Amino acid sequence: MTMIQDRPMAASANRETMTMATAVNRALGDAMADDDTVLVFGEDVGALGGVFRVTDGLTARFGERRCFDTPLAEAGIMGMAVGMAMNGMRPVVEMQFDAFAYPAFEQVVSHVAKMGNRTRGRVRMPIVIRIPYGGGIGGVEHHCDSSESYYVHTPGLLVVAPATPQDAYSLLRSAIRSPDPVVFLEPKKLYWAKGEVDTSLEVPIGAAHVIRAGTDATLIAYGTSVPIALAAADAAEEEGRSLQVVDLRSLTPYDDATVDAAVRSTGRAVVIAEAPGFASVSSEIAARVSERCFSWLEAPVRRVTGFDIPFAPPKLERYYLPDVDRVLDAVDTLNWDA
Amino acid sequence: MTDFLPRDTPVQLVDTTGAFSADPVYPTPAPDALVDGYRSLVIGRRVNDQCNALVRQGRLAVYPSSHGQEACQVAAVRVLDADDWLFPTYRDTVAVMLKGVAPAEATLMLKGDWHGGYDPHVHNVAPQATPLATQLLHAVGFAHAAVLKGESTVVLAMCGDGATSEGDFHEALNFAAVFHLPVVFFVQNNGFAISVPLSRQTAAESLAHKAIGYGMPGERVDGNDLAALLSVLGAAVDRARSGGGPTLVEAHTYRMQAHTNADDDTRYRDGSEVRAWADRDPLLRLRTHLRREGLLTEESEASFTEAADSIAATLRDALNTDAQLDPDDLFRFVYATRTPQLEEQSALLDGELRRTGQEAQA
Repeated sequence: MTMIQDRPMAASANRETMTMATAVNRALGDAMADDDTVLVFGEDVGALGGVFRVTDGLTARFGERRCFDTPLAEAGIMGMAVGMAMNGMRPVVEMQFDAFAYPAFEQVVSHVAKMGNRTRGRVRMPIVIRIPYGGGIGGVEHHCDSSESYYVHTPGLLVVAPATPQDAYSLLRSAIRSPDPVVFLEPKKLYWAKGEVDTSLEVPIGAAHVIRAGTDATLIAYGTSVPIALAAADAAEEEGRSLQVVDLRSLTPYDDATVDAAVRSTGRAVVIAEAPGFASVSSEIAARVSERCFSWLEAPVRRVTGFDIPFAPPKLERYYLPDVDRVLDAVDTLNWDA
Repeated sequence: MTDFLPRDTPVQLVDTTGAFSADPVYPTPAPDALVDGYRSLVIGRRVNDQCNALVRQGRLAVYPSSHGQEACQVAAVRVLDADDWLFPTYRDTVAVMLKGVAPAEATLMLKGDWHGGYDPHVHNVAPQATPLATQLLHAVGFAHAAVLKGESTVVLAMCGDGATSEGDFHEALNFAAVFHLPVVFFVQNNGFAISVPLSRQTAAESLAHKAIGYGMPGERVDGNDLAALLSVLGAAVDRARSGGGPTLVEAHTYRMQAHTNADDDTRYRDGSEVRAWADRDPLLRLRTHLRREGLLTEESEASFTEAADSIAATLRDALNTDAQLDPDDLFRFVYATRTPQLEEQSALLDGELRRTGQEAQA
């Protein structure tokens, strides 16, 4: 749980510009090359290379014993991963879409999350559950859920949500090395966004970081909401307001220390998340910041989230998704006359 | 495909009167195997009796008894090699003990000290599964990993008739067949899922017939006939080990006692049905057979009783001892490394205990 410092990336032969989808693919391939016990399986991950091509080429490179298609049954995939982990493997399973992971929920909650505790640490579950998540891609029903709160509410799981190709690569490597199960949420709408990746850079699970400096208010974001926060900060700057942006990267463990320090430095906070806001990760963050930073706050913590409705159909999703204007409107309410 | 069909009636070698008849397909277990098996039956019955008593005395929170199903418990373990794995349910405590787990560890969950009491890797026994059929998929994954590692492990996964209605039962059998894995699925059809009878679980001719749909052999066996169980399960284990893939075995047995001590079985079944099954008791018929064959002496019976008494005494000693529980264990095993939040919560509980003078035991 050590914090990493923001630092300019050192010149490195390992640096390359790539999409997040490629970064995830690269991390899977590098992990499989390093450790024979790493297995990749799920629906359409073999010959097709995944519906998002994230597992492209892995079967050809490592063989069908290491990367393979399963019958179409998510509980089966997850339950099989539990047994494999009991027998020395490090399964990386793909749930094809957020809402298609729900059939596996019992295996995740009752076994993946609890096996280590049940066995007093004798049987750990080094499983990574990759889930393409979130909207913004014009997807139809069951393809756009932000389901992180279910997993974050389950003790025993680690949950991460990268927003950049670099974090996707480095956090996936950390997740595969982790002795504990990790729900790895991949923002679908950012799959094709490019960024520089240094494959030698390590990012530990549990470390948030400040990705944009600012002095007037702090925007707290993760996964799909990070680019919105950055765009809002750019827009605010033109209006003369300096907004700091924190990218959580990990939801469990949650990095209180980094968030608290950031919020205390500005005295104002807005949490941005795509998921419905009621009883959610965003409400937990707002509660924690209010409890822990009360004396530093100039205004109540605000949240900009999805509405408490099923995810919107493609032609209505722009009304549902948090956007720059909604974030700036929230920032405007932060008691600036105080 | 017809080779995969189970028989019209369950395989039986020793009938309810103790009379033996050879089977054209399934071999007759060696006399020693039957005598040793009978010894395990006596122990299993004693464990059930003792645990029921310990529930009444308040030493066990709950005990799902396998009284009447001891032949299934014994056979499931005796057909496995030491390196093979057992994936049991909550009603399979006798099998867990027979696989080698110490009585105190096997009953620790039911005592309430922790959610599981033994290290699965010591005796190759997975944690007893309380959710239904979920463990069948774990068995499939375990076997899959064994195959990938080039190991010859066979996995025997247990469940009840009610669990065959769960989705995970279907997915487990399907995965095992598709990947051609060395798994024996062993269904103890004891007639009831708490109160609901088999007729409300399935319209199939038998549970074993479900195997056909997955492309694996299914077989039905008299679940109160240890000889037949050893033979049928043994054949399934041999098939699995020799690369023949999975098998579904359905044992026809009967839950002689209520679901647990918290259940009242007079509300949903007739006493005459229970009494009828008492005549088919697995101990009674094997004892009759062995005595008739001259394989069971007064001395050996006395030694079996003595062994059972000894295990019962071990159980009583273990459960009459209140363990020193450490409240901080609640935080210790959730993750390999505690999160900062769990550190805070652990400190909170520790502070409460210190203030009230009940310091956490190190």
